[in-house]
Amino acid sequence: MSDATLYGVLGAVLVGLGLFGLIVHPQPLRKILAFNLIGGGVFLLFGVVARRGASAGLGGDPVPQALVITGLVVAFAATALAVALLLRLFQETGRATLRSDDSPP
Amino acid sequence: MAFDIGLATLVLGVAAWTIAARDTFAAVIGFVAFGLLLALVWVRVAAPDVALAEAALGSGLTGGLLLSASSRLAHTNGSAVIEKPSAIMRLAAALFCTLMSAALAAIVLLLPEPAPTLAPQAAANLAATGLGNPVTAVLMAYRAIDTLLEVVVLLLALAGTWSLAPDHLWGGLPGRGDPVDRGGVLTFDAQLLVPIGILVGIHIFWVGSVAPGGEFQGATILAAMWILAMMTGLVDAPGVSGRWLRLALVVGPAVFLAYPESHAKLVILTIEVPVTLSIAATLALLVAGPPNRALK
Repeated sequence: MSDATLYGVLGAVLVGLGLFGLIVHPQPLRKILAFNLIGGGVFLLFGVVARRGASAGLGGDPVPQALVITGLVVAFAATALAVALLLRLFQETGRATLRSDDSPP
Repeated sequence: MAFDIGLATLVLGVAAWTIAARDTFAAVIGFVAFGLLLALVWVRVAAPDVALAEAALGSGLTGGLLLSASSRLAHTNGSAVIEKPSAIMRLAAALFCTLMSAALAAIVLLLPEPAPTLAPQAAANLAATGLGNPVTAVLMAYRAIDTLLEVVVLLLALAGTWSLAPDHLWGGLPGRGDPVDRGGVLTFDAQLLVPIGILVGIHIFWVGSVAPGGEFQGATILAAMWILAMMTGLVDAPGVSGRWLRLALVVGPAVFLAYPESHAKLVILTIEVPVTLSIAATLALLVAGPPNRALK
């Protein structure tokens, strides 16, 4: 197994781990955290594809690498917006939960 | 190879901790460590540009954002126990996620050989751009429109964040306005660190044309320095309706729209300066959040 394949498998496991956290954690902040873990895994898969495309004296294919940088910035923007929404929800209702109001506490 | 196996195990362990930890604060700390270790992985797969971005953005700024949010939501953890899904649900989720990972791992193992790549084309046209870093060439020349749209996405996220402000605070200042640790160690630290950090940020941006670095990595460091200065009260946050602030935010995308056909290095660098300024300002204000105090 080459280094790239090893990290590819790591990326695959990270996606699964993050997805699990996203499903089972009831707190929205933990969901945002898990979502970022999924992102890390997906980006790593991109990195492995880039690494496998190493040629012409370059250590990796620069196109997927540039895509990952773009992805990181967009993931941060989405996270910041999600956190702002969550904090506003907390400010408005005093609770930080995704449950609707009519269900018993 | 032994190093890689060790590193992968460590990354996996820290990732599992961020999911399994009971305390949200502890989970966020785990996430920051995860980001830094992941940056090491990026170095190992020969992507130093991404490693810089991961360490600065993925671990640093995202970590800071989540840390401050988790401390503000600290006493809401209690209700989570009641809302926790049943054991059967969790087992089903674990099964589903394992299948998902297995499918992805199978795809990785079955990737075509030889791998498709655009590296030769990217390297062949590098001379025409005058740049020495192929990743910067992709971002600023070959796929410049993607980068423009990305800067616009940042701006939209900031507009969305600001729009969450209560009506009477519109145009006000973000943040709480009470500097942490006034006159303490952190303030002293910030006074020392901010000038150096600004230099490092500009350097990372500048060398991005020939070496690992670039406008996103440099802008993130600049944003972090601004956040540190705002946190410690060295400077106050700007009012969100200030004309100069708005100008700084849109100058990057606006200059990008005027992108000429030629890909000369001078042109690219001239465009990159306002783009870096806009990205830095947008990132810092995204962390600062919506307006929270009335304008004085």
